[in-house]
Amino acid sequence: MSGHSTYQPQNKFLQWFEKRLPLGGLIHSSFVAYPTPRNLNYLWTFGGILSFMLGVQIITGVVLAMHYTPHVDLAFKSVEGIMRDVNYGWLLRYLHANGASMFFLAVYIHMFRGIYYGSYKEPREVLWILGVIIYLLMMATGFMGYVLVWGQMSFWAATVITNLFSAIPGVGDAIVTWLWGGYAVGNPTLNRFYSLHYLLPFVIAGVVVLHIWALHVAGQNNPTGIEPKSNKDTVAFTPYATVKDGFFMAVFCILYAWFVFYIPNFLGHADNYIPANPAVTPTHIVPEWYYLPFYAILRAIPDKLMGVIALAASIVLLAFLPWLDTSKVRSARYRPLFKQFFWLFVIVCIGLGWLGSKPPEGIYVILARIFTAYYFAFFLIVMPLLGIFEKTKPVPNSISDSVLGAKV
Amino acid sequence: MSVLKRTVIGFTVAGAIATLVLPAWAEEEAPPPRHKWSFAGPFGKYDQGQLQRGFKVYKEVCAVCHSLSMVAFRNLAEPGGPGFSEAQAAAVASEAKISDLDDKGAPAERPGRLADYFPSPFPNELAAKAVHGVAPPDMSTLAKGRTYERGFPWFVLDMFTQYQEQGPDYIAALLKGYEKPPQGFQLPENGHYNKYFPGHNIAMPQPLQDGQVTYDDGAPQTLDQYSQDVSAFLMWAAEPHLVQRKRIGLQVMIFLIVLAGLMYFTKKKVWHGA
Repeated sequence: MSGHSTYQPQNKFLQWFEKRLPLGGLIHSSFVAYPTPRNLNYLWTFGGILSFMLGVQIITGVVLAMHYTPHVDLAFKSVEGIMRDVNYGWLLRYLHANGASMFFLAVYIHMFRGIYYGSYKEPREVLWILGVIIYLLMMATGFMGYVLVWGQMSFWAATVITNLFSAIPGVGDAIVTWLWGGYAVGNPTLNRFYSLHYLLPFVIAGVVVLHIWALHVAGQNNPTGIEPKSNKDTVAFTPYATVKDGFFMAVFCILYAWFVFYIPNFLGHADNYIPANPAVTPTHIVPEWYYLPFYAILRAIPDKLMGVIALAASIVLLAFLPWLDTSKVRSARYRPLFKQFFWLFVIVCIGLGWLGSKPPEGIYVILARIFTAYYFAFFLIVMPLLGIFEKTKPVPNSISDSVLGAKV
Repeated sequence: MSVLKRTVIGFTVAGAIATLVLPAWAEEEAPPPRHKWSFAGPFGKYDQGQLQRGFKVYKEVCAVCHSLSMVAFRNLAEPGGPGFSEAQAAAVASEAKISDLDDKGAPAERPGRLADYFPSPFPNELAAKAVHGVAPPDMSTLAKGRTYERGFPWFVLDMFTQYQEQGPDYIAALLKGYEKPPQGFQLPENGHYNKYFPGHNIAMPQPLQDGQVTYDDGAPQTLDQYSQDVSAFLMWAAEPHLVQRKRIGLQVMIFLIVLAGLMYFTKKKVWHGA
């Protein structure tokens, strides 16, 4: 569905260049002429926001790397050096640390939007799976970045998370030793995490290119979930989508700046301002907020191996959404029952996040088990069955009908 | 009633029970009282007089046992801090003895310079532990490395009210929190009872008393004043660029709000008649 390129440069040099490499045409057809459904709401601006956040993370990260030392004795000190002695180092670091949180906030909104409007359904399955891969890479990158600070929470989070692999029967311990590069989390671990933390963002960028490519082949979904049928249903990407994305990006930046300048440590953990100490275990080891729902799922299950399997399954399941959801209707707008189960799912995810931050005892464990059960039931029971039993509302004939309020 | 409504109500009730019942279980530590900090909020700035007094408390009391290894003497004269002149900071530095090498490469002590970091009271952690039983923590990031549990819904509201001073509030409360242990509390030998310390058994004996440090600016020489001043000083030590951060933050906010406004009207214009 790439827009037909009418790109014809006036400039002689550009004409010469275009004949040899039609880069201008590619950009023009992808980001100017590309037809976007006219009824996209602001939830569709998060793709652009995510690209922007990836850019911010890479740029601030590259500069931070110039001042950071990946060594167990120097890592914490070099981070403090950035905070104190590097010109605007505090700004770079707070942009990067809070940038990770904003990146995850945006990706969660983006994913929930995809689920609500059925954006993963045929013909967008590959687009969706590429998104799940990006999300997995983000989780790995974020985790390793958090370890680099080498504070107490960094060290113990690294210990807890890498130890999960020891649950694998037979080879578990060998794998953990191999991951650590030793018999405990130490300097080799920090070094490889640094190397991978620098590498993975570029892998993400590569998969993002594929993600956008797949998007431009299938075209964007929209709140009605019906495909555009005529030119009346779409507008050109530029100026319409560009200016809308730009506006909401500015709004998102206000939120981002609020965290960076006024509450830069709100989303972090105080213990991470204590240098890593293998001899002292913090009272509560908690991951960053964006992993908390999965941490709650892990701890909800009494058996370690089963917990790890549940944790992995809770993420991998996402990739199978296109086939788990059997409904013919895409958008939740016309699916009254699904809509309710969806919002319940959102509440359950937030609830799991809260439970992940609590010690695994008493009523917290019971709630975490109920919520975990619903998390899986949503994918494995609700989604397949609703498609069969749900009575959907009538879908409008076209996007323009829905926009102009034509009755069906 | 729809499935959603019923379940939402169910979860809300469960959540309410959890929030009401659980803190009662965990009711051990009283939350530290909130203090008024000059550096709180979007327009917050350090109070130079307070930082200078806090520095005096640190130097005369805390520095005997605690290191401040990531703060340099030059920092004392940098903008946004205690506001010492360069000459004053150099004078403070020259009082310190710094271990270095002499011209022949032999270990030697020399007076401190602006570029030096605050020397630590112990050569290493083991030496500190041998004297005190527990190594007194380094104070460079202490004000950001200490906090207390805010709990729901306060932690959500803190996002909007910008309450970020849990660290200094906790430290100030701790310094004032020494009490006789309540009946039946088993205090180990060499332990001290503190109302605000997690578990209440703290290795550090009460470090500050009324009248212990002489102030020359007329501020009250009370434990209350000392503990607030030294907490403010530690906040500066942990976050020396806070004033610059909040100042730039305001400029960025104004810029972004104007930008978003302009973008909104541009968007409206572009989409008009689309």
